[in-house]
Amino acid sequence: MQNKSNKLPQERNHLSGVEINHKVNLIENGLIDIPMLQLLDEHGKETNPKATPDIAEGLANKILTSMEYTRLLDERMIGSQRQGRISFYLACKGEEAAIVGSAAALSDDDMIMSQYREQGALVFRGYKTEQFMNQMFSNQLDPNKGRQMPIHYGDKALNFMTISSPLGTQIPQASGYAYGQKMAGKEAITICYFGEGAASEGDFHAGLNMAAVLNCPAIFFCRNNGYAISTPTEEQFAGDGIASRGIGYGVRTIRVDGNDVLAVFAATKLAREIALKEACPVLIEAMTYRLAAHSTSDDPSGYRSKDEEAKWQQKDPIERFKKWLDGKKWLNEPALEAYKSNAREEILAALKKAEQVPVNPLEDIIEDVYDTPPWHLKKQLSELQQHVAKYPQHYPKTSGR
Amino acid sequence: MAKMNLLQAINSALISSMEQDERVMVFGEDVGHFGGVFRATSNLQEKFGKGRCFNTPLTEQGIIGFANGLAAQGSVPIAEIQFGDYIFPAFDQIVNETAKWRYRSGGQFSCGTLTIRTPYGGGIAGGHYHSQSPEAFFAHIPGMKVVIPRNPYQAKGLLLSSVRDDNPVLFMEPKKIYRASVGEVPETDYELLLGKADVVKEGTDITLLAWGAQVEVVEKAAMMAEKDSISCEIIDLQSILPWDVETVCESVYKTNRLLINHEAPLTGGFASEIAATIQQECFLYLEAPIARVCGLDTPYPLAHEKEYMPDHLKTYEAIKRTLDY
Repeated sequence: MQNKSNKLPQERNHLSGVEINHKVNLIENGLIDIPMLQLLDEHGKETNPKATPDIAEGLANKILTSMEYTRLLDERMIGSQRQGRISFYLACKGEEAAIVGSAAALSDDDMIMSQYREQGALVFRGYKTEQFMNQMFSNQLDPNKGRQMPIHYGDKALNFMTISSPLGTQIPQASGYAYGQKMAGKEAITICYFGEGAASEGDFHAGLNMAAVLNCPAIFFCRNNGYAISTPTEEQFAGDGIASRGIGYGVRTIRVDGNDVLAVFAATKLAREIALKEACPVLIEAMTYRLAAHSTSDDPSGYRSKDEEAKWQQKDPIERFKKWLDGKKWLNEPALEAYKSNAREEILAALKKAEQVPVNPLEDIIEDVYDTPPWHLKKQLSELQQHVAKYPQHYPKTSGR
Repeated sequence: MAKMNLLQAINSALISSMEQDERVMVFGEDVGHFGGVFRATSNLQEKFGKGRCFNTPLTEQGIIGFANGLAAQGSVPIAEIQFGDYIFPAFDQIVNETAKWRYRSGGQFSCGTLTIRTPYGGGIAGGHYHSQSPEAFFAHIPGMKVVIPRNPYQAKGLLLSSVRDDNPVLFMEPKKIYRASVGEVPETDYELLLGKADVVKEGTDITLLAWGAQVEVVEKAAMMAEKDSISCEIIDLQSILPWDVETVCESVYKTNRLLINHEAPLTGGFASEIAATIQQECFLYLEAPIARVCGLDTPYPLAHEKEYMPDHLKTYEAIKRTLDY
């Protein structure tokens, strides 16, 4: 708040920026206009060439292939779930630009704390097909040791925090992680992804407020994709989206077209610079649409129309970006088709391989609860081992090992 | 050695750990310049700066969420929850995040460096919301350690161990005796083993097991019982999770009787877990049912605080009943 020269001196600092008026007035939603940054229109045309971020051809192609790969992976894994090969999957379709565009604006040293629909960020960072598969088949090659449902990735080497299912928990955690980075003198920030539904959790409010008050260099990246499973945004909140909350917490905020890679990239790049330089959080609200079902356990036809989906198909972020690339003569269709066909084969081969890899041995069940297993866990393991040995046919995953 | 009360011992441990490791940070509601509502964090901000000792907004779930992220990053957070009664907004962060972080990531990441400090317990006219003893909730969470000291010496040594232990620890401080419990405490750095009970007094007829402020209560009951020629062995459990079954069993093999005293309500209290384990391990040695002297299964009452508390008289009566069984 600005210090106004005509204000009366006040006793407490919490009044120092407050102007006084003399008329009963209510502040209404919509008084502050929060526009949506769009640098690429739906036809792939630059809306303001001067503001187009500087993206070299190599990076542009990496962004495109990361988005394409994410979509291919999603298609294949939804199929695998339908075939009963994995228990669960959660697709990113429609939101690829929001995820890949933001991840592309980060440094590899930045920590990514995601919600669960951000596989595109992992793809961009270089997570390999076999790594995706090992996690989804909970096999012994998964560094997370097969302890969580498919899509709960985590990779220390890539600075990608292991995902947890409860919504919004990563938000105050990102504030703390970023505070630690600052205190340790690191040239790095934390980006925290979440959906507009998760922003109703108390953790969102706690985390954003703490980041603002404690000067944490973090980007809070909201994917406002219209639905929290079946609940539409108008049943989720009455305010002006998530962006308006950033302003309430004194957090610098920007709303972007989440289906526009250039806008997302430009916003995230600026947010990162400010977060690092000024040690402060920035909130980005990316307006997008979940073209996929919430997960393989969901059927969107119960809560939204085909017409609505078709409307958003027209805004497909990958198609839009391809038009832009084409305009710059950077789009090589045959090369892209070759890449996609190769990726499809790679995914299928890695899938077949990963499903053959056994799960971790039984002893592993008590590891990582504590730094070393205490007496009571050792005792419980020993009893379990004797039991499994007695009924080996009932526990085929571990009894033969 | 210096004479300190329990709060001063905690303050001394915090200073020691902050001097020894610059990654240590202390934060919570009012812990900054003010030094905490009980003054456990006095002078820390002056000594170590606002970056390492700071106030947080009033949000317990935020404090623990923040602390979890900070720990996962590699710092050493010591987060204060102003009263144990107010820890519940942070329950999800503790149950699903603090405690499972290492397991879910296959050991890639963890909150092992985190210590949560919180005052707990009754006897201060605090009513429902400044008196509870919620240790049993946290004993049900694989991945957590739960530690409770009974006096200044134990407090400093156990807190230093908790901070340095590579597992998240909930460190619960008996606020009733924050100032009343005074003793000699080394000014130098020292650690006490986690997961280890302390035999406070040896005896032959019955084992009295308690923790925190209730150790004093069973000591008082034991003195009454001694006058009836009943020899009591007194054990302070110190660590609720993981707990020292071996020491308790050794004692029960000898005394053949066990009484457990805690302030928290009887049903589902940690005494239930102890009783189940001891009847499993010591079944043929027991000469009487295991006695539990606990709080009532009611919310913690203000007007009837004295009646609610598992005091020395209730404990004394239970000792006699057990001996007469």
